[in-house]
Amino acid sequence: MPAPPTDGTRDDGRDVLVQPASEALLASERDGPVVEGDLVAATAVAADTDRAKRKLGLGAKLAMGWMGLMIVLAVFAPLLPVGDPNETITLDPPCPKVQTLGRTLEVCEITGLGPFADDGTAPGYLLGGDGNGRSMLARLVYGTQSSLAVATGAVLFGMLIGGSLGLIAGYFGGRVDTILTGFFNVLLSIPAIILALALVAFLSQQSAKGGQASGLPRVVILILAIGVVAVPLLGRITRASALQWSQREFVLAAKAQGAKHARIMVREVLPNVLPAMFSIALLGIAVAIVAEGALAILGVGVQPPTASWGNIIAIDRSFLTSGSPHVVIEPAILIFLTVLSLNYLGDVVRARFDVREAGI
Amino acid sequence: MTDARFAAEYEGPLLEVSDVKTYFETDRGLVRSVDGVSFTLERGKTIGIVGESGCGKTVLSRSIMGLLPRRGLVRQGSIRFEGNELIHLTPKEMRAYWGSQLAMIFQDPMTSLNPVMKIGKQITESIRQHLDVDKDFAYELAENLLRSVRIPEPARRLREYPHQLSGGMRQRVCIAVALAAGPRLLFADEPTTALDVTVQAQVLDLMAQQQSERFMAMVLITHDLGVVAGRADEIAVMYAGRIVEKAPTSVLFRDMKMPYTQALLSSIPKLADESHVRLATIPGRPPDLVNPPKGCKFAPRCAYVQDRCKEEEPPLTPSTSPGHEFRCWFPVGTPEGEAALERNKQKGLRATEALVAADTVET
Repeated sequence: MPAPPTDGTRDDGRDVLVQPASEALLASERDGPVVEGDLVAATAVAADTDRAKRKLGLGAKLAMGWMGLMIVLAVFAPLLPVGDPNETITLDPPCPKVQTLGRTLEVCEITGLGPFADDGTAPGYLLGGDGNGRSMLARLVYGTQSSLAVATGAVLFGMLIGGSLGLIAGYFGGRVDTILTGFFNVLLSIPAIILALALVAFLSQQSAKGGQASGLPRVVILILAIGVVAVPLLGRITRASALQWSQREFVLAAKAQGAKHARIMVREVLPNVLPAMFSIALLGIAVAIVAEGALAILGVGVQPPTASWGNIIAIDRSFLTSGSPHVVIEPAILIFLTVLSLNYLGDVVRARFDVREAGI
Repeated sequence: MTDARFAAEYEGPLLEVSDVKTYFETDRGLVRSVDGVSFTLERGKTIGIVGESGCGKTVLSRSIMGLLPRRGLVRQGSIRFEGNELIHLTPKEMRAYWGSQLAMIFQDPMTSLNPVMKIGKQITESIRQHLDVDKDFAYELAENLLRSVRIPEPARRLREYPHQLSGGMRQRVCIAVALAAGPRLLFADEPTTALDVTVQAQVLDLMAQQQSERFMAMVLITHDLGVVAGRADEIAVMYAGRIVEKAPTSVLFRDMKMPYTQALLSSIPKLADESHVRLATIPGRPPDLVNPPKGCKFAPRCAYVQDRCKEEEPPLTPSTSPGHEFRCWFPVGTPEGEAALERNKQKGLRATEALVAADTVET
C-alpha cells in the first residue's frame, strides 16, 4: 500500500511542502498499481491532517491571546489607568492594622501588602505593593514593557546579524561557510549567561568612558549583550535552511538569468528561509526574557527604578520568605505564562511551515 | 550596455565549442565528466545532445554556460560565442551573457520556480534585470510573454504562485522566464522529462515555434532519441563525457554507425511490440568517470566488442556522409561490424545476447 502523502496535496498550501508530496506520489507509483480508492483515501487523509495542521488548538489560541494581552500592556502602558510605577503609595486613613512586636500599628504604606501576604491585602491595590510601597500592578505593567523590549530587541538584533551571516554561509558554502560556522561554534561554546554578563560589563564601561553623562541606556546595552548571545543560534538555523534552499534549481535559474548574488540571496533564498527564522525567533524571545531575569538577579539587568520582570524579582527576592511572597510570585507567573505561550507559538509556526529542528 | 549585445554582426557560427574538458576534483580523484567535446552551432539551429544519465550532458551544458560551482572545477578548451571566448570569463563577466545572450531551461519545473514568489514577479525580475523599463511596462511585457507561451488568462496567472499551476504550465512559465530577455542561444536541459507524455509534445512544439520566431539557436539535451528526432538539425550522442557519434538528424537515423546509438534507439519501447514484451536494455552501467576503461569507453557493454576495442580508443572518424562522425572500430552496418557481431553471437557474450534477444522479439 502506498503511504499516504501527508504534505502538500492541498492546492492552496505553501509550496515548501510540494516537493515531498510529489516524491511520495512518485514512490507510490513505483510501488505498484494504485487502486483508485486508495488514492482517494490517501488524499482524504492528507486533507484531514492538513486541516488539523491549519486549525489552531486551544493551547495555541490561549497563547496568542496571552501574547496579545502582553503586547497591549507593553505598548499602551502609559495610557493605562495603573498609576505611576515609581510612586510610593500612601493609603488614606483608616489604614489596615498590622501586628508588629505584640503591638497593633496602623500602616498607611502598602509595602509588602498584597495577596498571600501575612499582613493582608492592600485595599484598592489588587496586586499589592512591593518592598518600597509601590504599586505592583503599575510595576508589572511597566515591567512588561521593558522586558519585552529587551527580549524582542535582542532577538531582532540576533536575527539581523545572525540571519545575515547564516544566509551568507548557507548560500556561498565552502570556505565562507567554514569560517562563519566556526565563528558561531566559538560563540556557542562560551556559556551564554557568562558571555552576556561580560558583554554588559564591557559595554557599560565603554559607553561610560565615552564622556557622556549617561552613555548608552541600559536597555540598549542589554539588547546588544543578549543579542550577541542569540547571533549563533539564529545564525545556525538560518545557515541550515539557506544551505538547503540554495541547492534548489530556481537559485541556479536566477543565476542563469544574470541575477547578482545579493539579489539571489535576498529575493530568492531569504523568503524561503524566513519561516524557519521566525519559528526560532519566537523561542528566542522566550529565552531572552528568562536571560534578562537571570541578569537582573546577577545585578546587571534593567537598572532600577525602571521596572522589569527580572528586576522586580531581583530587588525584593528576600520578601519571598518574609511574609510577602506575592512580590516574587506575580512577576514569576508572568514570565512563566509568557515563555510558555511563546514556546507554543513557536511550535505552531514550525508545524505550519514544516521547519525542521535539526541544526539548532 | 556591454559590447556583447551590440557587437558588429559576427560572420562565423554562433557557438563554437572545441575540445572542452570539464573535470571535478574529488576525494576519489579527478572526475572526467566532459572529456574533449567539440561542436559548432549556427544561428537559429538546434543541436540535440543525447545520452544516458551520467554521461556528461548536463555538465557540458552548464560548463558552456559557465554555471558550474567553481570549487574543484577544471575547465579547458575553447567556447566561442559569436567569436568571443567565454571559457576564461569570471561569473561577473558572464553576467553580460546570462539571460540576454544565453539562457537555460531546467528539467524540473517544480524546483526551478521560486515557491514563495508570484509568477509575475519572477518574470518581471528577469525582464527588469536586462531592460531599463518601469514596473508596469515590465508586467505588460510579462503578460505578453505568457500569452506567447500559450498560457490562458495570463493576467490572472501573473498573480498566482507556482504551486497553483500544473506541471506543463510551470514549464511554460520557465520558458517565458528564459525568453524574457531575448537570448540568442537557449539550453534546454531535459525540458520535458518531468512532464506528462501528453504535455511533452506541446512544450516541445512551443519551444520550436518560439525558436523560429526569435531566430534563436538551441541546445536540446535529452536521454530520449524520440524527443530530438523531429526537432534537432543535428544530433550528438554522448557517452562517458565524449561525443561518440554526431550527424545531421536524418543521416543519424538512416545510417547510425555507433553501436551505442543503436542500443539507445532499440531501448525505446515500440508501439508495434506485443504487450508484456521485455524492454530492450543496455546491459551494465556507464563507466566510472574517475577510472574510465582503457580503449573504447563503451566496450564493456558493447555487442560488437573485439579485443582491439579494449586496447585502443577509436578516434572520431568521418563517415561517408558529410557532417557524420563516429568513434568505433567495428561500426554498425559495415562488413567489419557484422563480422564482429557474428563472432560475439557465437561466443555468447552477455551484451550480445541482450541485443539478439531484442532482435528476435522485434521480428
